[in-house]
Amino acid sequence: MLRFIAARVLRIVPILAGVVTIVFLIFQLVPGDPAVLMAGPMATEEQIAALRHAVGLDQPVYLQYWHHLAGLFTGNFGYSLTYKGSPLGEILARLPATLALAATAISLTVFLGIPAGILAALNRDRAADYAISFSVVALLAMPNFWLGLVLISVFSVDLGWLPSFGFEGWRSVIMPALALAARLIALVARLTRGVMIEELRKDYVRTARAKGLPFRTVVLRHVLRNALIPTMTVIGLQIGYLLGGSIVIERLFAWPGIGDLLINAVGLRDYNLIEAITVLFTVCFLLINLLVDILYIAVNPRLRHA
Amino acid sequence: MRERLSAPMSVAIDLVPSRAPGSLYLRIGGAIVALYVTIAVIGPIIAPYSADEQDLLAALDPPSLAHLFGTDSLGRDVLSRVIIGTRFTLTATFVSVGAALIAGIALGVAAGYLEGRIAAAIAGFIDLLLTIPSLVLAIAIASVIGAGLFGLILAISITFVPPMARLVRGCVLELKSADYVEAARAIGTSDLGIMRRHILPNALTVIIVEASLAAGQAVLVAAALGFLGLGVQPPAPEWGTMLGAGREYMQRAPYLVLCPGVAISLLILGFNLLGDGLRDRFDPRSG
Repeated sequence: MLRFIAARVLRIVPILAGVVTIVFLIFQLVPGDPAVLMAGPMATEEQIAALRHAVGLDQPVYLQYWHHLAGLFTGNFGYSLTYKGSPLGEILARLPATLALAATAISLTVFLGIPAGILAALNRDRAADYAISFSVVALLAMPNFWLGLVLISVFSVDLGWLPSFGFEGWRSVIMPALALAARLIALVARLTRGVMIEELRKDYVRTARAKGLPFRTVVLRHVLRNALIPTMTVIGLQIGYLLGGSIVIERLFAWPGIGDLLINAVGLRDYNLIEAITVLFTVCFLLINLLVDILYIAVNPRLRHA
Repeated sequence: MRERLSAPMSVAIDLVPSRAPGSLYLRIGGAIVALYVTIAVIGPIIAPYSADEQDLLAALDPPSLAHLFGTDSLGRDVLSRVIIGTRFTLTATFVSVGAALIAGIALGVAAGYLEGRIAAAIAGFIDLLLTIPSLVLAIAIASVIGAGLFGLILAISITFVPPMARLVRGCVLELKSADYVEAARAIGTSDLGIMRRHILPNALTVIIVEASLAAGQAVLVAAALGFLGLGVQPPAPEWGTMLGAGREYMQRAPYLVLCPGVAISLLILGFNLLGDGLRDRFDPRSG
């Protein structure tokens, strides 16, 4: 197990180097002179030159590339226009808010999506199944930020139950996390339903029932365990969606996380900071996926010796 | 007709549920998408007002007979703006998915059919791009190109190439070892001929289904980028941009976000149903 984890962690390093390379190349495509764009229309020649030097744009391209690559290990993401220096402190200060939002969204997915799927499968072709399947189709069509706007309109404006923006304790996280998780909840419910229906047909279920186990025990102890495996795969695959979606959700709810920082950086043309956050999101994606893989093996002993 | 009448009841009953959802989804999804295309074409004719006709005296008016979905902060008719805005979303969707399709097929075929270092390099490149969360990549690209319809289309196209390329590569790898491809090669068909006549047509159904689902995603990304201020710029009536502007008036005029949001959701629903229906039609096993 430890060797597996170590091997997987080591494999992340070359992937990240590749990602830094691609992101660096994308930002070489900025049309015109980045220093002029960053400094804004009011800047003088001296200010532009000073900025060019501070950001490192006066260095040869290969050196700039090397600094970006080295930044992966040193945590030095280069000069940020917004923070007049290294943005690392600000990024680290905001990271917990984004992770808290993502973790709450994943918990909601697990605790709402899986039970909904089970409920639909056990009541196949009855009212509960139709209601859940209809909700799934509807949720998959709604943009998360629009759902967030609707939630704000109902729970903040009309009912006044929940704060519509900011970060004031656990009540603040409910609406953003729900809006972010909606699509995942729907996907997981649909998948769990399908897998459960398939598993319930299998021979081991009949055997377990035949030897006198109550239906509830069969479902909870056997069927669910097998049905959870593909569900975990889907949650792992959707982590990228979750991280991307969090940017829009953070913007909507003024949630003080990395996504909000990214959009501020885009507005100010703080290219170094945009690059750093793009890479950071990829790091999060890879690490959370690693975590899912480890859990995967924990749940599925068949993979342990593979 | 006669055969069906004489068939035992149970067969008829079995056939209906297994076929009905697919074709029903297909019909509803197709109808929704066709409706949007029609609105995009004739929008300015059927819209009750023009997109930027301002009436400051009627600013933030709630829905009424004169303005079915109310007016925005400048007194512009929300319904008319949503109708006319259909063009931006559909243009961005069709152009970007089309471009991603062409590039994705080219890269996927190259990575799947060729052998050796070039194929490995392309496959590795695709996998690398797939590790960057797609909306993050789209935002980075849009920030480089600059906001506007062109930046939006480029951001969506580039983001959608890697998943398409991986899908096509998988199909090609699977089909490459099929018996009929071996047979075609044995009788001396050229690589290009095998690609064109044997592999692509068989991969086509999978590609069409994926394209339809990708179109739904493209609508979503276009709206999200618009909402963030990175898409089509105001005063153009793009749906996501309208939602972003309406957010500031949530207290006074919550209806501002209703109409554009429903327009986006219904279009995504149409593409999703179309994709699901096509998949059921082409591959009944996966239903």
